[in-house]
Amino acid sequence: MAKDHTSGPDEYESLIEEVLEAYPAKAKKRRAKHLTVSKATDEEPDPTTGIASKCDTQKSNIKSIPGVMTIRGCAYAGSKGVVWGPVKDMVHISHGPVGCGQYSWSQRRNYYIGKTGVDSFVTMQFTTDFQEKDIVFGGDKKLGSTIDEINELFPLANGVTIQSECPIGLIGDDIEAVAREKNKETGKTMVPVRCEGFRGVSQSLGHHIANDAVRDWVFEKGEGAGAGYEAGPYDVNVIGDYNIGGDAWASRILLEEMGLNVVGNWSGDATLAEIERAPKARLNLIHCYRSMNYICRYMEEKYGIGWMEYNFFGPTQIAASLRAIAKNFDETIQENAEKVIAKYQPMVDAVKAKYMPRLEGKSVMLYVGGLRPRHVVTAYDDLGMVIAGTGYEFAHNDDYKRTGHYVKEGTLIYDDVTGYELEKFIEKIRPDLVGSGIKEKYPVQKMGIPFRQMHSWDYSGPYHGYDGFAIFARDMDLAINSPVWNMYDAPWEKPAAIAAE
Amino acid sequence: MSELRQIAFYGKGGIGKSTTSQNTLAALVELGQKILIVGCDPKADSTRLILNSKAQDTVLHMAAEMGSVEDLELEDVLKVGYQDIKCVESGGPEPGVGCAGRGVITAINFLEENGAYDDVDYVSYDVLGDVVCGGFAMPIRENKAQEIYIVMSGEMMALYAANNIAKGILKYANSGGVRLGGLICNERQTDKELELATAMAEKLGSQLIHFVPRDNIVQHAELRRQTVLQYAPESAQANEYRELAKKIHANSGKGVIPTPITMEELEEMLMEFGIMQSEEEREALIAASDAEMAG
Repeated sequence: MAKDHTSGPDEYESLIEEVLEAYPAKAKKRRAKHLTVSKATDEEPDPTTGIASKCDTQKSNIKSIPGVMTIRGCAYAGSKGVVWGPVKDMVHISHGPVGCGQYSWSQRRNYYIGKTGVDSFVTMQFTTDFQEKDIVFGGDKKLGSTIDEINELFPLANGVTIQSECPIGLIGDDIEAVAREKNKETGKTMVPVRCEGFRGVSQSLGHHIANDAVRDWVFEKGEGAGAGYEAGPYDVNVIGDYNIGGDAWASRILLEEMGLNVVGNWSGDATLAEIERAPKARLNLIHCYRSMNYICRYMEEKYGIGWMEYNFFGPTQIAASLRAIAKNFDETIQENAEKVIAKYQPMVDAVKAKYMPRLEGKSVMLYVGGLRPRHVVTAYDDLGMVIAGTGYEFAHNDDYKRTGHYVKEGTLIYDDVTGYELEKFIEKIRPDLVGSGIKEKYPVQKMGIPFRQMHSWDYSGPYHGYDGFAIFARDMDLAINSPVWNMYDAPWEKPAAIAAE
Repeated sequence: MSELRQIAFYGKGGIGKSTTSQNTLAALVELGQKILIVGCDPKADSTRLILNSKAQDTVLHMAAEMGSVEDLELEDVLKVGYQDIKCVESGGPEPGVGCAGRGVITAINFLEENGAYDDVDYVSYDVLGDVVCGGFAMPIRENKAQEIYIVMSGEMMALYAANNIAKGILKYANSGGVRLGGLICNERQTDKELELATAMAEKLGSQLIHFVPRDNIVQHAELRRQTVLQYAPESAQANEYRELAKKIHANSGKGVIPTPITMEELEEMLMEFGIMQSEEEREALIAASDAEMAG
């Protein structure tokens, strides 16, 4: 049962103190820099949310302390699992021993259209399955023959990426040479990615390395499918939507209804051709800023394509984003944006009418990756729910800066939170809902607190766009108002009248 | 059968480790010892003088050919040479690829698990150049070599390498019980070589176990892929190796925890022996030669 609580800086500051008390002095000092409460600021409030707070007073993107059970992933996870993995018509080789490939097999629910094993390969798993002899003698030959086999078995695969596991960086394999050679032989795009897991402090560096690989091994190799493509005036790329549970599809229809032409969606449901054609578009629309801002900055510099961030979680942000996107185009598009917003308004009203009475005033704690800890906040707000605390696994300082546009002063903020800290925070705050990952789900539910997985949408979704909002509202209601939580208290603690029945 | 003794030869590349160790082990047979040589160098040239042949099939190449090391039988890689000395080469990748250090670990584990160490009195490891990584430190880790013999000479880089190897031994001495058996000076005919080698051994808290004089007969024997013991058993050089073998045999359990010195101490020692100039002397000489050039 949720505790009746008042959130406020005083209570949270002392809560942080209390939680840190359990650590030895050195760990306490280091962890203290990652836990804070959002402060007041002189900055202008965000025009959409009307909020301005200061959330970037803490440290982020630094090494986790060993032994505290961080929830972070590695560089390989960032490249293979996030950025490259969803590109559907390429084969992504987990290069190294079998474990990394096995555990990253189809983990993020990146939906796609295609015939798996014929022209699409997202849910399949390819690995060079290193044995002792490959470590000792090097794995370049094995990599070469793996690529040969892939070409033979899957002739419709349009290219291969080589996702390096840790040993590749240790034994000095020359995967770039193999990529060049196989590119020459087959004419297909080969992308070696140096995303060895020991590099960097989290999956974040893997995103960056994967972005750089797009630049060096796709863009720099020529126009590809972009050659001869006549760009239209309304061409846009959607960047950083991984189509989890169909998110990208729920977003795309809004952009298309507005009259825009989505040339490429990176990288959910994407083809290599979509990546190759991207430099011809008019504008890059970034959803996940953290994982793909790098390549957008490069495209701006090199091809002069502007980029802007947008947010399709919840009707307030959707409407604001549609208008902001339309501003970059002519009046027709701007009028269309208004039409789209108006068209979906009755649906939004219906959703709110149904769910707000059941959700209003409920408090939420979030702990997700690098974008959602702020991006989904307004969606909760649209349902009348309140954010008690939020935090990122692998955000950088610029993400925390942006968080100030979403959460009010006096929100608990935790960076790279440890298993212990998160559990303590939840225990003390006892929110009505926690949104985080699979590792957090069951401990939280055992504490008697409703939970939704906010990485995988708990096998539901999409949550993007207007269609997504309806599903989002339903799912949050299902979690919070499930009758199971009324059975949480022990029977002997029930009121006597009921116990006597 | 007495308890198994495990020793290892380390030293700077090209110092004559393989030659010295094979000659010494060939002499050790004359003391009635049964010997296994484990070559831990990807070049696989640690046993050619005993086998009178070029490099043999190595553990790692055979394992790679057969699929994995589990498919390998000891007979596939264990060869018997001069005076029934058993020989194994770990082998490894060509220069510039893969991980030779992991190869050494794999090979030694294979030999232990498959009983290569049964029915021998001595296991001798011949390890390449410097202790560059954990793999090449394998023979000095727990339950492997009890004593390390460092082959060196009066050359500065050889002394430097000897000191580094002593550091490696020190690292494992407390956890694994490995000891420095002594230094073997393989004469290069540098200035005051014997004195310098003796002083170096003292600095390391150890002993110069033997000074092996330079003799061309070693090269002659090597051209025939033989040890001196086999090529010219009556020669004076063969007796030198016999002497060294006796000393090593008698040195059981007498190894020490080395006391490696700092780079400064090493340089000071070299200056003492007049091999290296002091900084002032060096600058004065450079200035003098510059002046000469200008003049």
